[in-house]
Amino acid sequence: MWISFATAVATITGIALAAGLLLGFISRRLPGHSEDLVEQVNELLPQTQCAQCGYPGCRPYAAAIVDDGAAINLCPPGGDETVRRLAALLDREPLPVAGSLSPASANNVAVIDESLCIGCSWCREACPVDAITGAHHFMHTVIASECTGCELCVARCPVDCIGMAAAR
Amino acid sequence: MSDSAVRAAPTFDLGELHGGVRLPGEKEKSTSRAIQVVPVPHQLVLPLTQHSGNPAHPVVGIGEKVLKGQLIADSDGVLSAPVHASSSGKVVAIEPWPVSRRYGDPAPCIIIECDGRDEAVELAEPVVPYETLPPETLLQKILQGGIVGLGGAVFPTAQKLMQASTLPVENLLLNGVECEPYISCDDMLMREQALAVLKGAQVLMYALGLQKCYVAIESDKPEALHKVADVLSELKDERIVLKPVPTIYPSGGEDQLVQLITNREVPSGGLPTDVGCLVQNVGTAAAVYRWICEGEPLISRVTTVTGDGVTMPMNVLARIGTTVADVVAFTGGYTDRAEQLIIGGQMMGKSVTTDRVPLVKATNCILVMSHLTPPLDERPCIRCGECAVVCPVVLQPQELYWFACADDEVKLREHGLIDCIECGCCDLVCPSHIALMASFRQAKARIHELADEKARAERARRRFEARTLRREIEEQKREEDLAEQKRAAITAGPKEIQEMVERSKQKKRPISRTKKGPED
Repeated sequence: MWISFATAVATITGIALAAGLLLGFISRRLPGHSEDLVEQVNELLPQTQCAQCGYPGCRPYAAAIVDDGAAINLCPPGGDETVRRLAALLDREPLPVAGSLSPASANNVAVIDESLCIGCSWCREACPVDAITGAHHFMHTVIASECTGCELCVARCPVDCIGMAAAR
Repeated sequence: MSDSAVRAAPTFDLGELHGGVRLPGEKEKSTSRAIQVVPVPHQLVLPLTQHSGNPAHPVVGIGEKVLKGQLIADSDGVLSAPVHASSSGKVVAIEPWPVSRRYGDPAPCIIIECDGRDEAVELAEPVVPYETLPPETLLQKILQGGIVGLGGAVFPTAQKLMQASTLPVENLLLNGVECEPYISCDDMLMREQALAVLKGAQVLMYALGLQKCYVAIESDKPEALHKVADVLSELKDERIVLKPVPTIYPSGGEDQLVQLITNREVPSGGLPTDVGCLVQNVGTAAAVYRWICEGEPLISRVTTVTGDGVTMPMNVLARIGTTVADVVAFTGGYTDRAEQLIIGGQMMGKSVTTDRVPLVKATNCILVMSHLTPPLDERPCIRCGECAVVCPVVLQPQELYWFACADDEVKLREHGLIDCIECGCCDLVCPSHIALMASFRQAKARIHELADEKARAERARRRFEARTLRREIEEQKREEDLAEQKRAAITAGPKEIQEMVERSKQKKRPISRTKKGPED
């Protein structure tokens, strides 16, 4: 009787141990949960890369939301809709979009006044999506189809030759 | 004449069409006269987008002389169609002009001032009997003719055929149903040019290697039925079969016609080719015949000018690019009561703001109404379900309406908004006068817009990530270089130091030009 009891205990312990090791191994090998969540948050962001949230782009902001508990209402291009979706995903309270920020319109694109451009290439450096092209000391231009309308180049221009225009 | 000819034509058990409505016929007004030919106007306006897909890109310059049938804008990309000059003259401008596709808002057009000589261009390749060409060459040739579906959707015909040629298609359906109440251009075309239509069908069948063709004509067009039956008996082509179909709106929709003729249902989001059918409008078949067998690209079409706002309703053969004002003036002008101009039919047409819009490949009807249909008081939905009864696609318009109001993209997709053919049957029967079709059109546009936004965001994300990665690599490289220089400086002996001093002395002589940018 004692022997069969001992066999039972040994079997169960053995199964538990094996399962534990297996699960531990899997959880180490597969990507972590936090990484997945950052991806999901990044999916919801508008990818304007305008940096108005205070982070250098949408992905860094997503990482900050997930890992550092950054506020979810810092994205003006996304608007209230994005805040609502983020709130639903992260189970947080939806707040109105932080007011002091300008709502950049995704329907606008930057336009360089080519007669004024001095070829300093500062705007090219500022563009988060490589949508400005031109060689140093030569005229630069915006690739309209790739421009997200983030307006980051506008402030960087030393001769003030960049404006925003309706894309379509 | 021969009732027997119609009766002798083989009849089939027709498939079941869900819903639909019977509309009062208004075709008699415009079918009492033969097709009249509109003379060459003094000015032609040819939009670059007369088809679904990418706009054609102009290949002529301003001031250039062009001849009738000359290529003036070539197709751009996979889904596009070329545009040809409809008469000889001079290109005076390439600029935005009001177009019917955008309800009278401007879109890029090539404007030609005609010289009235109507000189035709010499064909690059002479017309040869189509049977001598391999089917692939024939398809390429059809592509150059600028031919698009003339039923209204203006999908480039060559692309439709090329897609079909890679799929197991058995039947060609020639659509002569024309179920819109006012339109009669296909009716008149079949009455007067049945031979061109049927020969066009033979070309299409050869190009795709098909052995079966059904010509579907609505039973309210007895003359066209007789004429086609007569020509068929002369042609003695047993592959082509005439099929009268009942007069129910919208039996002329592509999927609806497939259902009627073959009793196969086109799957949701699918095409007739998924069930082995290819549908072409009779006008398209005639255009294919004229291009392949007579060498004339698509530069003119038959259009119905009708409604109680014109003095003499009739069908006209007009050059593509003639303005609607010119066409209406030719038919005898407007009546005093003319108030609303619709391009297309009463059910699916677009109301435009100006008659300066040109007649394009898609224009099957110019409808002038004497009274504006007053928007009736919209009342709340009473859930009667009438709209679901008449919907030919078996959708639930009342539910779609809720989701459209709530802007619920997911639910709209789930409930098959994408399959709505915008026939307007639901609008017609709604006792609460809810503008259902308008809200569906809007919702569809919104869904497309969202998809566009998503694609743009995805591209921006990839570009941002690529840039971040590149900057990291650059940064790393710079650090490595600096470390390398440091190491070199530490190990440098007196000789190297002397060299360095010399170098810097030489560098200092010219004054540096400008302050450098961040980097280059």
